[in-house]
Amino acid sequence: MSLARSFSQWRFNGGLLLDTHLAESTQQPVLHSTLPEWLILPLQQHIGTAPKIDVEIGQTVRKGQLLAHADGYISAALHAPSSGVITALEERPIAHPSGLSALCLILHTDGRDEWDALPPPIADYKTADPLTLRQRIRQAGIVGLGGAAFPTSVKLNPVPTTPIQLLILNGAECEPYITCDDMLMCERAHDLIGGVLIMRYMLSVEEVIIGVEDNKPEACAALEAALEKFGAEAGGIAVRQVPTIYPTGGEKQLIRVLTGQEVPSNGLPADIGVICQNVGTAVAVYEAVTQGRPLISRYITVTGSGIQQPRVMEALIGTPISELVHQCGGYTEAAQRLIVGGPMMGFAVPSDEVPIVKGANCILVATTAELAPPVPAMPCIRCGACADVCPADLLPQQLYWHAKTKDFDKVADYHLFDCIECGCCAAVCPSHIPLVQYYRFAKTEIWARERERQQADLARQRHEFRLERLERDKREKETKLRKRKEALQQKSAEKTDDTKKEVIEAAVKRAKAKKASQKTADPVAPVSDPVGIAESLDSVSQDRDA
Amino acid sequence: MQFSTASSPHIFVGPSVSRIMRRVLYAMLPGIIALVWFFGWGVLFNIVIASVVAVLAETLMLFLRGKSLRLFLGDCSALVTAWLLAAALPSLLPWWMTVLGVAFAIVIAKHLYGGLGHNPFNPAMVGYVILLISFPLEMSTWPSVQHGLDFADTARLIFLNQLPPDMMLDALSSATPLDTVKTQLGLGQSMADISTGPVFGIIAGYGWEWVALGFLAGGLWLVYTRTAAWQIPLGLLSSLALLAGIFYVLEPQAYASPWFHVFSVSAIYGAFFIATDPVSASTTPRGRLLYGAGVGVLTFVIRVFGGYPDGIAFAVLLMNIATPTIDQYTQPRVFGTVRGRTDQPGK
Repeated sequence: MSLARSFSQWRFNGGLLLDTHLAESTQQPVLHSTLPEWLILPLQQHIGTAPKIDVEIGQTVRKGQLLAHADGYISAALHAPSSGVITALEERPIAHPSGLSALCLILHTDGRDEWDALPPPIADYKTADPLTLRQRIRQAGIVGLGGAAFPTSVKLNPVPTTPIQLLILNGAECEPYITCDDMLMCERAHDLIGGVLIMRYMLSVEEVIIGVEDNKPEACAALEAALEKFGAEAGGIAVRQVPTIYPTGGEKQLIRVLTGQEVPSNGLPADIGVICQNVGTAVAVYEAVTQGRPLISRYITVTGSGIQQPRVMEALIGTPISELVHQCGGYTEAAQRLIVGGPMMGFAVPSDEVPIVKGANCILVATTAELAPPVPAMPCIRCGACADVCPADLLPQQLYWHAKTKDFDKVADYHLFDCIECGCCAAVCPSHIPLVQYYRFAKTEIWARERERQQADLARQRHEFRLERLERDKREKETKLRKRKEALQQKSAEKTDDTKKEVIEAAVKRAKAKKASQKTADPVAPVSDPVGIAESLDSVSQDRDA
Repeated sequence: MQFSTASSPHIFVGPSVSRIMRRVLYAMLPGIIALVWFFGWGVLFNIVIASVVAVLAETLMLFLRGKSLRLFLGDCSALVTAWLLAAALPSLLPWWMTVLGVAFAIVIAKHLYGGLGHNPFNPAMVGYVILLISFPLEMSTWPSVQHGLDFADTARLIFLNQLPPDMMLDALSSATPLDTVKTQLGLGQSMADISTGPVFGIIAGYGWEWVALGFLAGGLWLVYTRTAAWQIPLGLLSSLALLAGIFYVLEPQAYASPWFHVFSVSAIYGAFFIATDPVSASTTPRGRLLYGAGVGVLTFVIRVFGGYPDGIAFAVLLMNIATPTIDQYTQPRVFGTVRGRTDQPGK
């Protein structure tokens, strides 16, 4: 039986009906951003290990040229978004919740935007085997463009615990204000379906659902039209409308709404036979396969009341935010907070000099009117509003109490790690308690403890190993010694023949005699082998050898 | 350009604590109006006295505890406690009893346990029970419906304990319907005889049933606005009605009808306004249902088999004790897990 039974829809508990603010940024077509003078390219733009750099400082690079190759399985390559000179490899502030700097390659563009030689296009994906296609996607540096930025080639190569039966394309925007996927579905529907076909072929599944929120009828229509053009080839691909309830765009929530199944806690969608990909990723896959184009740009929404002309842009990876804002007419007077991502999960950055990265889907410049009032937190009144809206069916309030008292075992018992940090609980908390902050704190603490524990375990193991080794060495030495002794004893036992005894006795006698004589003659004379025992023994062993 | 930073989420969409508290106050208005209509100005005096004392006590305690007056006085929680208690008091209660009850509720039951959000017991009900135990006579002396005392007479009675020369307190007061049922049944009368008495109205106590309707309207609005959890009143009223119904069906002459039980003001008032105090009630969805049901059962047991004519206050306090345990065992199933298993489900 197919996973996506009929058209009926399931729902997840909780969630919020939020003002989606679609209209502001979808009035105008997508604007292709102009070439900035500088591109700042953080090496680590994805989940996994940072790529290894292949260029030198001062080197001239061309558009699409590989700057750093994937290092390890879970990693992603980085390409030059335009032609120019690599001027530096240095720490720069990036859009990261920690506010820390990260290692970035700095590219001074030359304005010519000259393409490097790209890998040959694969016109018909069916002629290539899935491994080749996966290699191509990996070489193109494609990561999940919905925000998490997990390397796509890895996601398209699921560990076969459960056979994959369904591919879901996530066309439900993650959060209010974000419209880049909406615009992408409208303008790039053909490429999107092309990418879906490739991914479907790679996963060898039949059924594909493109889940689109019901507030995007144009996107749905565009996708349907594209499907029709593909005809029979696109059979088995369905476009489904899902209710616009935040966070339907969350992977687990979307899967629940479309299939009625729940991704197990601590599990992956693949565990229930589902792979979920963002619609933007599908377009990137299409371009990588059919044009050899690496991931060097993405759609991004620049919006909020703090922006003069909100709109969706196609921007080169590495473009500073200030550049994009400038192209959208600049800030309004009331601009208050700069958020990378949406209002629910995005993180506020202090400076607009940070670059956009592969996973960035929105630049939100909010005004005081849009933001939560800056009021101090009140005590929790246990109203339970947080639990009512929690899409993971957690008890946010209990998590908060235990996180606050640093009872991390209890926090984990209350399924802290099932929290997706969607922010629903904090958005409705009448006491304005920054709940998500408490959960992040608890998670970080637990991770730190886990690391500490692992290190302690390792140290203990090492210590125990060392003790064991010493003990073993000692034992081995003893055994060796004993064996040697035994061997000697055996030897002597073999030689218990009278000859040996006699020889020794004779020698002893001689020695005594000598001693007695020496004592009288010269008491200080050196006594070196006074008896010639060695000599006698030598002669004995020689006898035996012979 | 430089920007201020803050942790996500960046928007706020719910009501604040003070708005929730104000909603409770608004929701009480229809019931209070009905109370004033039937039982006179005394109700308003009670509310005013209680409000003044609550705000003073709250201010004092916040000051002593070194808390922000601006932040916590604005939350209106003291006013809610004051109103909840005042509306439950007999309308001609001497002023100092009201003062005592409210002061006890705010100082002892609320602040000594840690203030807003930390009280294990419903402060208003603690204040009520203290008064009920200390002054059982005064606390069960309700004026009869439309007793005819005017504003000035009421004030003199409440503040100076002076009655108009031609009146006796006994003549002014009458037993509440619940009281009447309990006493008369104790005297061996049947329900049929009792319910023909003057204290009875259409389905419950005369006048009282209208007050109950007023509080029902406000309570339903609270549930509609999600200020009060719907599970608690549902659990409370249905368990009370169910139990009362069973006994009524078995022996209609010895037990009051379920609608009488439900429409005795205290049940509706307790279900929507008292038991729904989030701080001292259960917070999980199933837990709330269970908590409400527990209050309903205890209320019935106390009313019918206990020594007091009404039991809502005791029932609520008793269930407050059980709240942590209920919460512990009624946790919802976490998304992606199997119910009843704390570990992750097998893959």
